[in-house]
Amino acid sequence: MPRITVDVDGITCTDEVQPRTLLVQYLRDQLGKVGTVVGCDTSNCGACTVHMDGHSVKSCSVLAVQADGHEVTTVEALSQDGRLHPMQQAFHDNHALQCGFCTPGMIMQALDLLAENPEPDDEQIREGLEGNLCRCTGYQNIVRAVREASQRMRAGAGPAMEHSGETPAPRTSTEQTAQQRVAGGQS
Amino acid sequence: MTATPVSPSEPELGRARKRKEDARLVTGRTRWTDNMTVPGMLHMAVLRSPVAHARITSIDTSEARRMPGVHAVVTGSDIAGQQGSLPCAWPITEDMKAPAAPAMAVDSVNFAGEAVAMVAARSAAEARDALDAIDIDYEDLDVVLDIESAARDDSPLVHEELGTNRNATWTFDSAEAGTGGDVDRALRDAEIRVDRTFRQQRLIPSFMEPRSVLADPTGEQYTMWSATQVPHILRTMLAMTLGKPEHKIRVIAPDVGGGFGGKLQVTPEEILTFLLAERLGRPVKWTESRSETMVSGHHGRDQVQRLSLAARSDGTVTGLDVKLLADMGAYLRLVTPGIPILGALMFNSIYKFPAYRFSCTNVFTNKTPTDAYRGAGRPEATFAIERMMDELAAELDMDPVEVRRRNWIGHDEFPHTTVAGLTYDSGNYEVATDRAMEMFGYQRLRDEQLRRRQTGDPVQLGIGVSTFTEMCGLAPSRVLGSLSYGAGGWENSQVRVLPTGKVEVVTGTSPHGQSHVTAWSQIVADRLGVPFEDVEVLHGDTQSSPRGLDTYGSRSLTVGGVAAVHASDKVIDKARRIAAHMLECSSDDLDFSGGRFAVRGTDKGMAITDVALAAFTAHDLPEGVEPNLDAEANYDPENFSFPHGTHLCAAEVDTETGAVRIRSYVCVDDVGSVVNPMIVEGQVHGGLAQGIAQALYEEAVYDDDGTLTTATFADYLVPSAADLPEFHTDRTRTDATSNPLGVKGVGEAGTIASTPAVVNAVVDALRHYGVTDVRMPCSPQRVWRALSDARSGSSTRSESGGGLGSMDDGGGFAAGSHGGAR
Amino acid sequence: MIPAEFEYVAPSTVEEAVQALDRAGDDAKVLAGGQSLLPVLRMRMADPGLVVDLGGIPEARGVREDGDTLVIGAMTSHHEVMRSELVRGHAELVALATRTVADPQVRHRGTFGGSLAHADPAGDLPAPVLAMDAEMVVAGPSGRRTVPAAEFFVDYFTTALDSNEVLVEVRIPKYTGWRAHYEKFNRVAQAWSVVGVAATVLVRDGAVARARVGLTNMGATPVRAHGVERALVGSPPTEEAFRRAAVHATEGTQAGSDASAEADYREHLAEVLTGRALATACG
Repeated sequence: MPRITVDVDGITCTDEVQPRTLLVQYLRDQLGKVGTVVGCDTSNCGACTVHMDGHSVKSCSVLAVQADGHEVTTVEALSQDGRLHPMQQAFHDNHALQCGFCTPGMIMQALDLLAENPEPDDEQIREGLEGNLCRCTGYQNIVRAVREASQRMRAGAGPAMEHSGETPAPRTSTEQTAQQRVAGGQS
Repeated sequence: MTATPVSPSEPELGRARKRKEDARLVTGRTRWTDNMTVPGMLHMAVLRSPVAHARITSIDTSEARRMPGVHAVVTGSDIAGQQGSLPCAWPITEDMKAPAAPAMAVDSVNFAGEAVAMVAARSAAEARDALDAIDIDYEDLDVVLDIESAARDDSPLVHEELGTNRNATWTFDSAEAGTGGDVDRALRDAEIRVDRTFRQQRLIPSFMEPRSVLADPTGEQYTMWSATQVPHILRTMLAMTLGKPEHKIRVIAPDVGGGFGGKLQVTPEEILTFLLAERLGRPVKWTESRSETMVSGHHGRDQVQRLSLAARSDGTVTGLDVKLLADMGAYLRLVTPGIPILGALMFNSIYKFPAYRFSCTNVFTNKTPTDAYRGAGRPEATFAIERMMDELAAELDMDPVEVRRRNWIGHDEFPHTTVAGLTYDSGNYEVATDRAMEMFGYQRLRDEQLRRRQTGDPVQLGIGVSTFTEMCGLAPSRVLGSLSYGAGGWENSQVRVLPTGKVEVVTGTSPHGQSHVTAWSQIVADRLGVPFEDVEVLHGDTQSSPRGLDTYGSRSLTVGGVAAVHASDKVIDKARRIAAHMLECSSDDLDFSGGRFAVRGTDKGMAITDVALAAFTAHDLPEGVEPNLDAEANYDPENFSFPHGTHLCAAEVDTETGAVRIRSYVCVDDVGSVVNPMIVEGQVHGGLAQGIAQALYEEAVYDDDGTLTTATFADYLVPSAADLPEFHTDRTRTDATSNPLGVKGVGEAGTIASTPAVVNAVVDALRHYGVTDVRMPCSPQRVWRALSDARSGSSTRSESGGGLGSMDDGGGFAAGSHGGAR
Repeated sequence: MIPAEFEYVAPSTVEEAVQALDRAGDDAKVLAGGQSLLPVLRMRMADPGLVVDLGGIPEARGVREDGDTLVIGAMTSHHEVMRSELVRGHAELVALATRTVADPQVRHRGTFGGSLAHADPAGDLPAPVLAMDAEMVVAGPSGRRTVPAAEFFVDYFTTALDSNEVLVEVRIPKYTGWRAHYEKFNRVAQAWSVVGVAATVLVRDGAVARARVGLTNMGATPVRAHGVERALVGSPPTEEAFRRAAVHATEGTQAGSDASAEADYREHLAEVLTGRALATACG
């Protein structure tokens, strides 16, 4: 079996996995990170959304072996020292969840959306969440929460939102490289 | 998470408390059933029939048994003697035809997705792998799909042994019941008569958490964790179905990720997991994939509705005749046959119809069984009558709001006994409607609509109106008894004041997103005068909350919440006796408020929390008073509650593509008194989304072989944030008179009213082209087709898979066995 | 749902990937971004013995210029493509169509080449690539060859790629200064296209000098709307001219009927959406 090393929520994990193991199964079954959930098998619902090297991905559509050497951030890493991340706080304050099953994925995608566009309008928020299904809220309070979080996080707004502090940390180096590659034009 | 600062002057009831539930859910510290692992646990996978109707001629499991990690491969014949028949708790008529409903098929399969074998293995992957090695031969039988032809006498049969596909026919006639006049006469004498047929498409509840069951036979009690709405019903039904001692079964509904009626079930997989774990003597967990949910979890709606309405030319309705065909699917599940009956008393809605007749024939087909889905019977009824009221308005060239005004029950006419025999206790349709029209800018939008019509704008504007009421708070047990329902409708609560003054509230309702922990905390904190933070709510485990009838039908607050009020009041009564004893006064001299007993006319008093400590130490209790400050209440409501509301939808219809865009959506609901307005608003939003989804997006579609072709979220179109509009909501308030909280229930309101509002808007946008209906979901293609047909003067084209073109006046509704309402 | 077992290799060069595929015969699947492949494997609609992951091949990723040609590496993610200044400047149509693919998470993982090689008739990228006369650079056991887009898409989910070949990069002539729009019509935001129209137009001296139009989901493969292009050239960029040109949209199409639309409705949509795509592009 392939051996992989993945940085998951700041912990370096080295494990043997079957090639067919999905990233979400690796997180849930092998690492016990059950905060990330599975809602469908066609990559539509987004409940399993995590960040890989700073970008949102559906962890049901990534093989664990593909995460080898990468950084994975789940909802479980967001709150620090008992303090909710501003996005989590905004979801709470705006009643942006009912059953809560879609919430981890929704929060992770909302963070990605603010990383792309720190000051989205409602339509941009809705479009940014198009890959995440919620059956309880009708989305209105989710949109509200993301709008409010964007305001709370605006001070020194920047891309990496995986920190509960108000000052964002820089993007991961992988992401910087990817950006340079796209911008610089050399493959 | 910071608690909302407590302002002592702000009452708990009516306060937008942030939810206690959230802290774990937003951080991923959750207890979904699939998150659980217990020592020695095996994984179960279920093989499902790929065909809709067939005899099983052989099953070869020998290769699967040899697969790595496999502990057992079990087929229907292996457990035929133990599995019993899945329960149907609602035999709607005495002579209802019901097939045996094995959890796993033994000789024949009756829908694609029915369980035919199961595997227990070390890992979920190995269990799944072994399914591929099971070899089954099927001998195909005729597949029965179309509900209308299935109801005919010459149809092939789903269940040969029943001799018919008709499960039962249930009727109500106001003339017979003495609650109203004769519908035939009203239709004969009608100045205006409107006849329409509507199709309630089949829907899939689509809760976000796939179902999961973990059965552990290793303890003294057999424990089952399940993603269910109904842990108490499940426990009793496991005992009754499998012949097990009920006291040896414990059921836990841990965090449950949505239900919407879809988890109001005793599922085949709960039975199968139970039996497999028992057989192996080891814990077994089954978690379904979404594709399994889609084919095997029960579906909702699926009716053909034929209505005839008689009216005078001033718009006054004089009679309504309703004939339904309801698709049961292949088997009767927990309350399958009763779902259309939940709508039977609701077609007259908020109106004073003088004559009403209802008949529903339930029909078996080779499709996934149907059962409760948000609203359950009432959305179907509301849709049909609200579409009819718009059609009547069109016939009369009258404003659709005006037509409703001429027929609805006036605010000064409550309580009002309806033509269906229900007594509506309170409501004010006028103020809700006026408020909605004001928020909506009704006249301004009508003006714009006219402009667009006059200029031939390719994007036309339609305005949809929907008013509604529903019977909530299921239910008075005596009424359920009269409807032949297999259980009562009471609810249980216990309130325990602990020695330190903290409070435990036990409820028999079982939340899965509805925020009971927060709301019940508010209710009990208000009643006992203790801090919100000091209340813990226990639920969803038959060990900690041993009695209850669970959560569905907008019943939790109106029945379960009221039970908590009664239990709190009993606690106060007991505390009063103890306090009087300790303060050396008469109970009658004590005033209780803000958590404190005060001796009237003195500054003497004591807090209820101090009484709790005294009751705990029990050193000095009055004669006949038992230690501890606890009480239990069982509450059975005397009547349903009747929330109502007015919903207005403005839809832009692109006449070139058929695309529909909701431009504005306003709803004003009266749900009575409100415990937590934030939670109420959230319930309305979610309901609206589901109702709009029925109108525009969702449909379970079967091909000619009986294969569900919308079996993934790629094909079954659950809308995302990008597909739904912003909602503008408000509330009016007339309190329910049937319960001490004055609450009416809100869980289903949005779903019930929004579907007709949207479809009415779509039709209204196209009415001047001659369009009189668009079948749901109003997909761009259907809208475009309706418009093209209307423009070319041809009648609505029937679609493959059963349009309405073939609707036959007689055959489909040929009476089966008449049950009759009691 | 869990995929069936398979062997997995992650070569670091194109040549190694080709060797691995060649050895496996028909029993291998190429994993690019995996956003279509993984759901297929999870549903067990495919059961390959070997999965060859191209994710570790640096050569296949990124956007560059080569004279008058824009080169997009097959393993460049949708996210990278739609944000690339080069793509936006020289092939705006590709950037716009890419923005409509699935949802943000899928666009982070899914790749340009993966979408093209998957050749889903409802996929949004084949039509722009076809309209823009792109060339596909394909590597196989005997080296590399170039396949014009018009020959690359063969049938439903079928391309000119042999089982031992991989798509390395896509070469698109620069369309600098052309206006563009991708008009996608679908039922819900993340659904596949019912019909899509990819249009890019060069307007010079008040008239359409050149036009390229491709249609999504109007047949087993993307369709080039030559009739529309011909009707446009020389016309002023007016709504009227676009409508007249759009009448030709269905020429050469073979729209199918499926759950999301019947053929006659698709044909109607193609015409309406072509007019809109052109109008938006030039608007």
